[in-house]
Amino acid sequence: MTDVARTDGGAPTTWERASLVDLLDRVLGTGVVITGDITLSIADVDLVYVSLNAIIASVRPDGPLPMPAAGPVVREAW
Amino acid sequence: MNDMARGAWVYAICRGVDAEVLGTVRGVDGEAPRAVVGDDLTAVVGSVDLARFGADALRRSLNDLDQLAAIARAHHAVVEAVATNRPTAPARLATVFEDEDGVREMLADHREALTRALDHVAGRLEWGVKAYVAARPGPAAEPAGPAPATGTAYLSQRRAALRAREASQHQVSAGAGSLAERLAPLAVDVHRHRPQDPQLSGDTRAMVLNDAYLVEADEADAFAHTVTGLADAHPELSVELTGPWPPYSFAVIEEVTP
Repeated sequence: MTDVARTDGGAPTTWERASLVDLLDRVLGTGVVITGDITLSIADVDLVYVSLNAIIASVRPDGPLPMPAAGPVVREAW
Repeated sequence: MNDMARGAWVYAICRGVDAEVLGTVRGVDGEAPRAVVGDDLTAVVGSVDLARFGADALRRSLNDLDQLAAIARAHHAVVEAVATNRPTAPARLATVFEDEDGVREMLADHREALTRALDHVAGRLEWGVKAYVAARPGPAAEPAGPAPATGTAYLSQRRAALRAREASQHQVSAGAGSLAERLAPLAVDVHRHRPQDPQLSGDTRAMVLNDAYLVEADEADAFAHTVTGLADAHPELSVELTGPWPPYSFAVIEEVTP
């Protein structure tokens, strides 16, 4: 995948993380959903996101990240 | 299952795939992926150790960010290799069958839906468009001038600041809406992903748009050009274009075996 119009030069760690999340949106959230005989249930896969938020919140010592003051509240979607 | 048990991890479904393409990548368990053919459909699968990729093991490893990242990237590498070769319907992460017979059965059971999904994505590419609230504050976000002399003046200044903030939020939402509206006609299909959580993305800017667009392959340049133009026309937004992606967001089939 190539990022063709990135508008800022974020730190490599942020960049890595951002493209990983783009990928997770796709491999976890979409794609052909067929239940294999050993597959995790769809609910299990959906829970991965929820658990990840908890993991990351707990390992980050400085608490929640600041939100831009003028930003609309988008995290309610979660 | 015993320690040596193996399962068939499904990466993608296509209509035939060149063997050389599969030879260029390794799958989630380091294995060489191979083609399982059922009628005119092909599933690209890998033989994986169920001690690591069975349901219980996956429930643990997918909840570890590093392991999830490694699995997702390996899955994606195979999907991408197949998608650059043939029209491809990527399978959702962690679709595992006991053996290749199970995979063939799945191809037969879902033949119509899979065929429709492949027809939908053939000759098209997925592009991601994300929009964030631009990092710099709007021009009227902070009132200028000397500190207020009285409580009344303070309150009036505070109300003006709140109104400015509301106006700026309105401008951002309207901007994101107009961006999506202008892009939709250029795409065959649009999928709206949930805005990414800043804790996951590590990006502190508030995301207001996280769309995927399915675009004809030969219109990719025009699409990118339009996105760049719209980004310039909307200074209240930071716009990012990612892709091309295998058509993850569009090769969706509705049938799910109970």
